[in-house]
Amino acid sequence: MNFDLNEEQQMIMDQAAKFVANETPVSRFRKLRETERGWDLDMWGKMAEQGWLAIAIPEDQGGFGGSFVDLAIILEQLGRGLVPEPFIASVVLGAGILSEHGDEAQRDSFLTPMIEGQTSLAFAYAESQSRYNLSDCLTKAVKSGDGWTISGEKIWVLNGHAADQIIVAARTGGSQFDESGLSLFIVDGDAKGLQRILVPGMDGQRTAVLRFEGVQVGADRLLGRDGDALGIIEKAVDRGAAAACAEGLGHIRELFERTVAYLKEREQFGVPIGSFQVLQHIASDMYAEMELCYSASILASIQVDHPDADTRKAEVSAAKLQLSDGGWMVSKNAIQLFGGIGVTDEQDEGLFFKRLRVLNSVFGDADWHVSRFQSLKGFEAID
Amino acid sequence: MDLSYTPEQDQFRDEVRSWIAEAMPATMRKHAEDGANFENAEVMEWHKILFAKGWAAPGWPEEVGGTGWDVAQRSIFQEECVRANAPSLSPFGLAMVGPLIIQYGNDEQKKRFLPKILAGEEIWCQGYSEPNAGSDLANLQLRAEADGDDYILNGQKTWTTYAQYADWIFVLCRTSTEGKKQEGISFLLVDIHNTDGIDVKPFLTTGGTLAFSETWFKDARVPQANRVGPENGGWSMAKALLGHERTGIGGITESDRGLSAVKHIAQRTAVGSQTLFDDPGFRRRIARKQMRLRAIEIFNLRALAAAQVGHAPGAESSVLKIVGTELQQEVTELQMDAMGHNAMGWLDSPEEALPSHQQAIASQFNYLRAATIYGGSNEIQKNIISKHLLRLPSA
Repeated sequence: MNFDLNEEQQMIMDQAAKFVANETPVSRFRKLRETERGWDLDMWGKMAEQGWLAIAIPEDQGGFGGSFVDLAIILEQLGRGLVPEPFIASVVLGAGILSEHGDEAQRDSFLTPMIEGQTSLAFAYAESQSRYNLSDCLTKAVKSGDGWTISGEKIWVLNGHAADQIIVAARTGGSQFDESGLSLFIVDGDAKGLQRILVPGMDGQRTAVLRFEGVQVGADRLLGRDGDALGIIEKAVDRGAAAACAEGLGHIRELFERTVAYLKEREQFGVPIGSFQVLQHIASDMYAEMELCYSASILASIQVDHPDADTRKAEVSAAKLQLSDGGWMVSKNAIQLFGGIGVTDEQDEGLFFKRLRVLNSVFGDADWHVSRFQSLKGFEAID
Repeated sequence: MDLSYTPEQDQFRDEVRSWIAEAMPATMRKHAEDGANFENAEVMEWHKILFAKGWAAPGWPEEVGGTGWDVAQRSIFQEECVRANAPSLSPFGLAMVGPLIIQYGNDEQKKRFLPKILAGEEIWCQGYSEPNAGSDLANLQLRAEADGDDYILNGQKTWTTYAQYADWIFVLCRTSTEGKKQEGISFLLVDIHNTDGIDVKPFLTTGGTLAFSETWFKDARVPQANRVGPENGGWSMAKALLGHERTGIGGITESDRGLSAVKHIAQRTAVGSQTLFDDPGFRRRIARKQMRLRAIEIFNLRALAAAQVGHAPGAESSVLKIVGTELQQEVTELQMDAMGHNAMGWLDSPEEALPSHQQAIASQFNYLRAATIYGGSNEIQKNIISKHLLRLPSA
């Protein structure tokens, strides 16, 4: 048991902090949110040069053999700058799935260019009727000739608008809610029959609705075993939730520090407002929630790789709930303590507020994680 | 970063688990099953059993009788004690005055006091608060006048938890009225039984128990040799001790036990043809608390790990006190809700109405309203965080 970053991780953190401060502060995000794509391929290349896109990929696949904790360290720093490049969609989800379940040819074709910063990935799993139920899938893939024909619609696909390849969950057997019969396919972003509808989000980032209208893919685009993808999807979404905890922690730290600085500087009644006890106590409660969110992020980033799926689910759900409750507490109070200017667009705090709220709605919201937690076998045990 | 246990640590857990199972006397095990509501005599019995095994003070340095365990082993031990519903030992000697004497006491004091604290031969209580020194602790007035080799004590302490069972009390007293009020405070160890002029009066709490006492001192003569640290130098030590106290009074262990009790009750509470534990709405309420506890546990482990490499408990113990005691209270509220009609009962309600494992719950629910007050109220903790950690300006 150990809570220290090792020397290498400390270095990753320092470099990431410096990189974000120098290369991609919040002002850069402000410009990009006005563009259609929402992020920039040159910056993606720079992030690849830092080694970040390959950091958690095993060495024999061309990566650095790091852990999820390494990803979390980077994500926290990206969160401080509201960096809009698709790190979660492409590195945590797409590359995570490809690395663990792709065959060699798939990795060579799709993982290698991504970790070099030439392409980006997306993972499409949610549908308009599914809410957070991962086995609820109407999108179908039907065998045709040597390959498959995919039809259906996916919503709120992170980086779905820009990804070069999309990993899509589709049903190859069973009916809508069945746990078996789900498969994953790698579809090119410009595939014939794929309609991509750009969806700007509250947080200024971009997602997409993806319509698969008889999209043809070859047999070599089946990722993992036919009909056996639910476990992979669940693991990927848990990685997403753990990533949200880490990125969200960066937002929370940034919001908290900005709020405390403002309390010291803003004067009313001839004194800094931070001298008022009622505000001090709110700030102290925010600090406590921030510390618990840090604890939760540690928990998630370590346990997301736990070999026992139920343990992984319980721990990640506990962490995501803390991010949700704690992130909300910190962000709504940050706005309150800034007062009127906190609700102006020119002030950065609102941007963090929005992003944190978006993170609450993706990879399972608080209610869903509580439901999952109480349904796990271990919950019954009294010890 | 790593949360896992090594094979050696797993083996250690097995060893601890089977030892506890064997070492706990049958009557104690029965009480453990009935909600771990132990009499003081049982707590001391368990203390002595742990002492005989060398496990009474896992947090102490090895050379004064600690176990030499690292953070992981200490938390494994703690988890296994909770799992077995073993009695929680009184913190006043082992977790409070003991560490203070280890840190600030002279050799004679260490020799005189530590072995008896460790063995559970002398029971301690804490004399900090006074009627006019609650949150404003530095305003304390218990006067200690030097007289030859002694001090003569006059005044009153209050909220002295379990003073009626204690052999010794550690007090903060006023040895000077000059300068700032923090600068005239000393830390004294007082023998309750062998000092004339000490009067202990327990009072009934809303929990129906005699948890707190008022303690009067009238011309009570205490040797100056029982002063820990320099004269008028007690305040900084007192604050250090409060840091130790707060890490313990986050109530993590109690919340953990308390959640098990909620499930235990819910599984035995009929709702139609099912039990309350089958009700998804109620399960979700339990789950939320259990998930919150997990984040607090990791926070606590972080604090313990930092303490192990020499960081004194600072603002993190204030955080732990706030979030821990809030949760602890919420868990007792959940227990009450789980009981339905049975929550109308009291300590003396007969078994026909109130099963034995639910007997103490209403009492705990009432008593634990004190959790957010004692050890420095949660509002005082927020003042500490604001001032010392966030460095916000004072009014």
